[in-house]
Amino acid sequence: MNHRTLGLFLVAPALATIVAFFLYPLGYSLISAFTTTSGFSFGNIHKAIELYQNDILFTVIIIGLSTALIALCSIAIGGYLTLGENPAALTILNWLYRWPLFIPFIVAGQLMRTFLAKNGMLNNTLVSLGLMAPADAVNFLDWRGIVITFVWKQTPFVALLVAGAMASIDRGTIEAARNLGASRLRILLEIVVPQIKASLTVGMTLSFVTMMSVLSVPLMINAQTPTTITANMAFRINAYGDYGVANALGVISILLTGGVAWLYLRQASREKGISA
Amino acid sequence: MTTKVVATLIRPGAMLPGTALVPVLKWGRVVMRALALGLLAFAIFGPLVNMLLWTVAESWYFPAKWPVRYGFAYWERVFSPRGNALESLFNSVVIAFSTVCLSLALAIPAGYAIARLRLPWRSVIMLLFLLPQAFPNLPVYINVARIFYDYGLNGTFTGVVLVHTVHGLVYAIWIATAAFAAVDPTLEEAARISGAGPLRSFFDVTLPLALPGLMASAIFVFLESLDEFTATFFVGAPQVNTLPLLLYTASGGGNYQIASITALILLVPSIAFMLLVERFLKADVLAKVGH
Repeated sequence: MNHRTLGLFLVAPALATIVAFFLYPLGYSLISAFTTTSGFSFGNIHKAIELYQNDILFTVIIIGLSTALIALCSIAIGGYLTLGENPAALTILNWLYRWPLFIPFIVAGQLMRTFLAKNGMLNNTLVSLGLMAPADAVNFLDWRGIVITFVWKQTPFVALLVAGAMASIDRGTIEAARNLGASRLRILLEIVVPQIKASLTVGMTLSFVTMMSVLSVPLMINAQTPTTITANMAFRINAYGDYGVANALGVISILLTGGVAWLYLRQASREKGISA
Repeated sequence: MTTKVVATLIRPGAMLPGTALVPVLKWGRVVMRALALGLLAFAIFGPLVNMLLWTVAESWYFPAKWPVRYGFAYWERVFSPRGNALESLFNSVVIAFSTVCLSLALAIPAGYAIARLRLPWRSVIMLLFLLPQAFPNLPVYINVARIFYDYGLNGTFTGVVLVHTVHGLVYAIWIATAAFAAVDPTLEEAARISGAGPLRSFFDVTLPLALPGLMASAIFVFLESLDEFTATFFVGAPQVNTLPLLLYTASGGGNYQIASITALILLVPSIAFMLLVERFLKADVLAKVGH
């Protein structure tokens, strides 16, 4: 057997698994979204938009805002790790920021459900420090809770990518700017960030796609409108057995991520072109 | 006399105004740095501490800032033979272990082929393996559940292991490919020249050298399966109950103690992996992931 056939033979089982349990159901969902009892139709899509247009919009806002905040926090963490000068602070930050990295979304949801509640530790600490009157305690368990949970859980992953990219850029440019008297913030924004844009985009895209599929966080924090459409899809199936509208919402979420994923693939292939 | 005292008092600052400001600025910076790190520590550990408190709170209600009564009564309930946590834990571990075996059985040959052999349509195949990461999984799981229903796979261990495998396979193949790519190919060639067959040189030379990377991929797939919620929610529930499903039902029922104890059980392996991952995934393997 030559190399080519042997290679295909070795890859075949894994490939078949992806085709049977991912591509086939994906195709099934596309067909089901555009089929009603009367055959091909846009009925399900119309119904999904009519019933859930607010949540579709909120999904984009909630996940877009989370992605932006994740990017900001990651740049801040990576930036301090690259440009910071205090060894103790660097050690502490390096040890601190990774903790939520592998914590599952559902556990993060449960943690936040207690932390952000009216008698949770966030409100209690603010009241104890005298920063807030006890009567003003806010229940954060709405769309804000979803954003906070996403940022808490997903920032370490992007920060790890960003900090890794920042560590490998040429120190010479940073030293030159520093010698010319540029402030650290300016060095970060004008010299460091433009050089790690590729890693940042990859991290943001992967986070966007991941958050688009998370069901546990919206279910645990706030399953009422405004919430993400993953919660709506689960509700459509569990309450009505309505696969048509659920799949129509699925197609909408695929279209939303499809655009973002396309940007990622373009970025990834361009990056590979440079490194090769 | 008085003028002399005043003169000595103002002298240090009066001489060089800039030098008097330096310590102030320095201390301001130290305070700011401590404050920022303190805030970050609170943001990261606050939710974890809040959960730990709930695991030992026998009673805690608004507006009490701390639990009203502490105790381990809920731990006894969770681990009593009649509680369903032990069953969920057992299910979760069996499913995760089977998922690891199946994923590695598929990923080791595929990873080797991608890393070492001249594979036709290599980029198309890599793209296919990437797909589950580029699409939201939920619409796929909904339809997997529907298809599995027709084949009697819904609500079975096999069904849950299959969906978990597809989810973990992407990472398993990426890490396995990187692990094989990091092994020096001349070592295998040397084994072949010394008369070892292709299978023997693979099992005696290449596989042992790639083992640390493959172990990392195994642990990662194990954790992904242990923590998986969405696929189990559609394919497994209510017949196959895992820890994440138990956590969801307990939390939904308002039982924060049981939910927090379950969360803690799921948290321990995740944190241990976070602390150990750098030992398993060496820099040379990490550098090759995704290439």
